[in-house]
Amino acid sequence: MAVNKALEFKLEAVGCASTGNLANSVAANAAAAGLPSFILIPDSLEQNKIIATSIYGANLIAVRGNYDDVNRLCSQIADRHPWGFVNVNLRPYYAEGSKTFGFEIAEQLGWKVPDSIIVPMAGGALISKINKGLHELERIGLIDGPVSTRFYGAQAAGCNPIVAAVKRGSIDIRPVKPNTIARSLAIGNPADGYYAAGFIMKSGGTAEDVTDQEIRDGIQLLAETEGIFTETAGGVSVGVTQKLVQQGKIDRKGITVIAITGNGLKTPEAVQLQAPQVIDAKIDAFEELVKGAAYVA
Amino acid sequence: MSLKVVIPAPLRKHTGGAEIVEIDAGNVQEVIDKLDARFPGIRSSVCDDSGSLRRFINIYVDGEDVRFLENLNTPTRDGVEVAIIPAISGGCGL
Repeated sequence: MAVNKALEFKLEAVGCASTGNLANSVAANAAAAGLPSFILIPDSLEQNKIIATSIYGANLIAVRGNYDDVNRLCSQIADRHPWGFVNVNLRPYYAEGSKTFGFEIAEQLGWKVPDSIIVPMAGGALISKINKGLHELERIGLIDGPVSTRFYGAQAAGCNPIVAAVKRGSIDIRPVKPNTIARSLAIGNPADGYYAAGFIMKSGGTAEDVTDQEIRDGIQLLAETEGIFTETAGGVSVGVTQKLVQQGKIDRKGITVIAITGNGLKTPEAVQLQAPQVIDAKIDAFEELVKGAAYVA
Repeated sequence: MSLKVVIPAPLRKHTGGAEIVEIDAGNVQEVIDKLDARFPGIRSSVCDDSGSLRRFINIYVDGEDVRFLENLNTPTRDGVEVAIIPAISGGCGL
């Protein structure tokens, strides 16, 4: 949506500050629209996210520092150049685009709304935009109201300014310096944190955080039980869901949606897996390998 | 001897369009006071009624957010860059 608006406004280029996933999206959509793109990322970003941006021919610039440093620089660039930065001067359109996440949830549930949604939070915009999407579907009659979904925010313990605010019962965000493997969520001064914290509490939900090891465990659990390989942000969502269920804050009998917002191939560094066992191309070698396994007759 | 204040586009209506303003000041509070003396009205855009930094305004001294330093009491030596940068957010209304 933001790139289409950039075309409509006759902007000369598009760009974004990104922890990786937005970078991939903006670069791809700019390529399809025939616009040059300037993508600014923290210099510590995972290699696969860099590949998945560079491939589209984007001008990819790694900035020394964290996302908050990148975001500050993008605000200054957007001030000087006739370019559209999707999460700066095109932010209203970019944010509206996030509503489609809410549309897809309702559609995939057969035009129903869930009782609970667990959403990973970086800048904090997605959680309230999902709610906006659900309410718009109610307004046009595609789903029955009133929407009473409880929203639960998820962050890494190493970057948890919104969770900390909710736990204090406050909407005042105290910025932090991120230190987590969940780099896609590593925004220490979240622009929409104030709205996210207020909205979570108003919905009757809450917020929780997980350690880096709990993130890895969440990635593994989702893969082994649902067949879905997620990147670190999804590991945060799964880990937080586990915690909230154990704390009795999420009703086990209700419909619960866990927002998995990225593919695991983007952050393979986060998981440590065993190398495959190597055998000769002989049936005896295979039989020897699987001997004693419960599923072998 | 002075320091350089970077004014964001939304506040340049106060500075006659100037992006960079040079000022003498010993800390961030003094920067705001002196800016407002020269360009009346700029303080209320940056600070709330209690004098605290507004929620969606960030001030950086040589690239560091003053919220990680001493907020409005953060010292500003000569030659530093003080950047005022509004955060862009919102759009939650139904």
